[in-house]
Amino acid sequence: MADAPKTAPKRKSPTVRQLRERRRVLRSIGAGVGVIGAALLGFFPVVKKWAERLRPPGAIEEQEFLAACIKCGQCVQVCPVEAIVLGDLDEGYGVGAPYIDARKQACDFSCDAVQCVLACPTGALSHDTDVKEQVTMGIARLSRPKACLARLGQGFKGTARGDDFLGLHRYIEVDRWTPIPIADHPYDLDLCDLCERECPIEGAITIERNNFDLTDLRGTPVVFETCVGCGMCEMICPVDPPAIVIEKNARWEDV
Amino acid sequence: MSLLSSIYEMFGKAPNKKPDDSCYTEGACKIHSEKRDIKGKKERVAAIKAERDMNRSHKWRNRRWASIFIVNGLFVLSFSLDIQLIEGSMSASRVFGFHLADLNAALQVTLAFKEILINLVIGTVTVLILWWLLGGRTFCSWACPYHLLAEWAEEIHLKLAEMKMVRDMAMHRGLRTVLYILFAGLAFGTGYTVFEAISPVGIVSRALIYGPGLALIWVVVLLMFEVFFTRRAWCRYMCPIGLTYGIVGITSPVHVRYELENCLHEGDCRQVCLVPHVLEVTKKGFALKEQVALGPDCTRCGLCVDICPTGSLQFDVKGLNKLL
Repeated sequence: MADAPKTAPKRKSPTVRQLRERRRVLRSIGAGVGVIGAALLGFFPVVKKWAERLRPPGAIEEQEFLAACIKCGQCVQVCPVEAIVLGDLDEGYGVGAPYIDARKQACDFSCDAVQCVLACPTGALSHDTDVKEQVTMGIARLSRPKACLARLGQGFKGTARGDDFLGLHRYIEVDRWTPIPIADHPYDLDLCDLCERECPIEGAITIERNNFDLTDLRGTPVVFETCVGCGMCEMICPVDPPAIVIEKNARWEDV
Repeated sequence: MSLLSSIYEMFGKAPNKKPDDSCYTEGACKIHSEKRDIKGKKERVAAIKAERDMNRSHKWRNRRWASIFIVNGLFVLSFSLDIQLIEGSMSASRVFGFHLADLNAALQVTLAFKEILINLVIGTVTVLILWWLLGGRTFCSWACPYHLLAEWAEEIHLKLAEMKMVRDMAMHRGLRTVLYILFAGLAFGTGYTVFEAISPVGIVSRALIYGPGLALIWVVVLLMFEVFFTRRAWCRYMCPIGLTYGIVGITSPVHVRYELENCLHEGDCRQVCLVPHVLEVTKKGFALKEQVALGPDCTRCGLCVDICPTGSLQFDVKGLNKLL
């Protein structure tokens, strides 16, 4: 006797409705993975430190800063010299977080009372910072001593950054309250001391004579612990690229 | 539809099936059975719809668009003219020195930073009360700048769909709840406000106020996805901000109220609605009571109010009628 033909246990084929539902769920999972994936891409720039940024006065430690910042831009709005700008897509989780491009427009504390800190709604710019002297954005460093005009014993005549430079600075001797374009303020100096001259923090930079020979003008900008890293020296430095730059996020405790 | 089931639906549960006869109120039962007996219904519906189409109103849509323009315009003007009306952007701002914070952004920051910030608490409570009063997701349709862009993208999508060039690839509404939990978890776990990097609301708001940037590419990608694939994909199925405000609006006094009596059950409202599951009640035989308040996922956008030919959907403020 022949066995009855064996039939595999029949699987019910899904209905059109079930198929549609299955596709809908799969599509949703795909979209969800896409959105989360796009959001996770933000890790790369942050972890790899593609662009280390000079954060505004009062900024807390970088990782905490990115966590606490609500990306509203209120600090941008109060800055009288518009030094603060917001991060873009290429900064990952720094999208919308404020930074300062010191060479383009440094913070020169024209506002007198760290307005950006007062404007911050979350404490990403810490309210422990009351006066400019308490700020710790970074530390100025003479990175290209060979290019420094003071080191070369040269003077400086003309506008510090050229006639079409848009940067602003408050010259107290010109106008106590309103910053003016650096391009409107030409200099005529026997020895370039722009970094010391325009530094908003007392005693943060001094040009120290290289020797006691009075005929030898040469000097070196020396940065002291009062330096807060505002970037004014980096902005005003007339050589290009600048001889003095800010080491972002550097702290005196670590030096 | 009970409040509880409308909350479940907001989190992604499929809407309830047609109820059985035992659960109607007496009044609703009477109306339902009366509707069955109406003769010459087809002609009546055609006549009512023709009349609506003659004087098609966009009253609520126009008011709403005006509101979005005014809210976002104030932000822009405040900064560009330096008049300090509303400083900041959608994520956090200050009105005459008084803090306001977007609830979802504040939540992300708190989870990532793991500290309660007093200014943020002030801003959050203010905004919470404001949007609770106004209806929760009212934020979406009356203030969110991305909502307006998405509405325009939706119009293109619908035109293309009409020409059979695209098809709405619907998704599961539970996706939004999953994303909500994932983004909250990511903020807490990584210490970065992960969601803020892709939040189209923050990106569009900042682009309007501080000038456009590369981040707008992401917004364009989202809009293109909505035009060619899924109708209102972001607002319907993904946006955690919408869910945050939806939760705020659960007990809101402002809502859209459905009246069973004159409804023709034609479903025009469900066609225009961003969140059609809240309008399930307008299907024939679904309303358990003569009057039903729509669920918390409703963005109070008023498109259904505008399109309803019988005035069966109306804005309503709970308790106001009793007072007046």
